[in-house]
Amino acid sequence: MDANAANSDLDLDLGTPSTIGWVASHVSAEFPGLGISWIELDGRPGRSPEPVERRLSETSNRFYGAHAIHMRERPIPWAYRVFFRQIGLDPDRTRTPVEQLALDRLQDGGFKTHGLPADALTIATVETGIALRSFDAERLNGALCIRDSAPGESLEGRPGELSQGTLVIADERRPVGLLFGATGEGRGVKRSTRRIAIAAIQVDGVPQIAVDEALWMVATTLRAA
Amino acid sequence: MPDLLDRETLTALRVGGDERLARAELRRQIGRLEAELGALFADAFPRVEIDAGVPAVSSEPRAMALGDLEAIRDSLVTRIGGARLQLQERAELETRNRELLDRMLAAPAEYKWLQISRTDVGEPGCGHWHSRPRLGPLGMLMGWWRVRVSSGCPLSGRLAAVEREIQGL
Repeated sequence: MDANAANSDLDLDLGTPSTIGWVASHVSAEFPGLGISWIELDGRPGRSPEPVERRLSETSNRFYGAHAIHMRERPIPWAYRVFFRQIGLDPDRTRTPVEQLALDRLQDGGFKTHGLPADALTIATVETGIALRSFDAERLNGALCIRDSAPGESLEGRPGELSQGTLVIADERRPVGLLFGATGEGRGVKRSTRRIAIAAIQVDGVPQIAVDEALWMVATTLRAA
Repeated sequence: MPDLLDRETLTALRVGGDERLARAELRRQIGRLEAELGALFADAFPRVEIDAGVPAVSSEPRAMALGDLEAIRDSLVTRIGGARLQLQERAELETRNRELLDRMLAAPAEYKWLQISRTDVGEPGCGHWHSRPRLGPLGMLMGWWRVRVSSGCPLSGRLAAVEREIQGL
């Protein structure tokens, strides 16, 4: 565990305390409010149980086109859109997680089940707007952080090196995924996963309580399964 | 544009000094402009389709240089200007249509067969106003024109019936 990582002071009972990862100081200086928190849970991927599928369906029924249109006016989705602009991405092409789910919901006619833990992340993201990622916890080496890539670094499964300065989520050894992008090969949740890490990416304007709520929702959904 | 760039708090920008302050200020402006564009996008729906896209500066997430942030800020300003113009033109068209509707309601015979939808006057829903003769051909011959108001959007009952049929109930 990195010395800069700390346990979150949660009011919500996660069962497992969330851990706040570190952000490289020069990245933090450019992007105040950027942060990463995560929890680890025992669990394996699989088909979602009936209560989770029902909740997904109920969430679909409460979500209409107007929600998608007005989403960008709500504080948390707006904060992610702004952050995407600030890091050079066009949120109308590279969608923020909650907007991508909204678009999928409109195109598919509902939030389709993709099993666990994906469904738990979908429910929590739609309800809170928080960007969540899942990793195979047993393939992570130490604390998660957000930093820029160093010269010569690459992302597993992607040809070539990362261009220097690319913002990544990394463990203590190497990048495990692009910030709001691809996950390194073998670092995501797969059939053989037995312990899951759920990470929440916080940006300026997103309150910690919303991050805690998102992690709590994922934790309770996965535990109930 | 000046009203978009009004500062809530003064940020000291030093020419030739630390660019970080300038980048912070540009990021703050981008935040405000994004909110402005989001509000215009929501206001316009579903009457006008606004292109809110601003070309990505990078294919991967990274801290932007000053010039890149300026380009994003300027693109957002351009988009907002375009969106405002589109909305203004649409509002003017809707005003003209409302005036036309008023005239049609006052004198239906002068606007034979004219149909104005709720969308044309900027109102939600599927209804329309239609200048038609009373009693069909007889009304046409006699000059008995009136405005019929449609009953609005189709009911969802048929969709529910189709779903039941699909489920074999």
